[in-house]
Amino acid sequence: MHAFANPTRFLSLARPLTGWLGWAGAVLALVGIIAGLTLTPRDYLQGETVRIMYIHVPAAWLGMAGWGGIAAASVAELVWRHPLAAIAARATAVPGAVFAAICLASGSIWGRPTWGTWWEWDGRLTSMLVLFFLYIAYIALADASADRGGGARVAAIFGLVGAINLPIIHFSVLWWRTLHQGQSIGFTGSTIAPSILWPLPLTTIGFTLLFTAIILMRMRMLLANAKLEARQRRMGGAA
Amino acid sequence: MNPWLFVVAAYAVACLGTLGLTLASLVAMRRAERAAESLKRR
Repeated sequence: MHAFANPTRFLSLARPLTGWLGWAGAVLALVGIIAGLTLTPRDYLQGETVRIMYIHVPAAWLGMAGWGGIAAASVAELVWRHPLAAIAARATAVPGAVFAAICLASGSIWGRPTWGTWWEWDGRLTSMLVLFFLYIAYIALADASADRGGGARVAAIFGLVGAINLPIIHFSVLWWRTLHQGQSIGFTGSTIAPSILWPLPLTTIGFTLLFTAIILMRMRMLLANAKLEARQRRMGGAA
Repeated sequence: MNPWLFVVAAYAVACLGTLGLTLASLVAMRRAERAAESLKRR
């Protein structure tokens, strides 16, 4: 991991990867979406609305994985003071917040015809909403820390503490009696019929690759801005 | 209630959100890298 501590070395890898991951992700997600909308049968219970699963599940996964990434980067920042860790965490925050919001919005739209309500304060929905608010707080904190020239450790501690919410989201459907369905996809199998399930890995992998490309774009932006500010400071000092 | 209305609405939210985020990140990255490059040349 420390091999990429040098921003120049990181950028030499990130520049070609951004395009490849972005295009591969977009194509896979598009194929999965088209397949999910046209090639799979309707569910016997939920009917056509089951198709919302192909975007709702990847959004939920990325909303949670985003904070997982922030927590991992926070450990790298606090323990090893990795020079790219704070930048990686900041770059992940906005995409994570957007996908958490997409998860909440698509879930709400799915809930109306399935449960008869747009929103219910149950364990899964509430803990996901808490995750979205954690993202907003993290973005404000990290931006404020960056504006004051440092203080990345405060944001890193917040990133680590906020990770407590991830197991709460995951196990919420087991811990509390919720309106949200229980876990239907695991490492060993799924309770969803294969004829309905098969486009889901396509959209999940596609959106994940796209998410990674977006993080790389935002890391490159933050690195370029840091370079620009440093150069402006040097020029200001020389004048 | 037509179920397809809900499906289309959910996909619109997801696709517009993802597309907007991707384009905003791409434009911000290109702008920042161009600004850093032009200052380097000075």
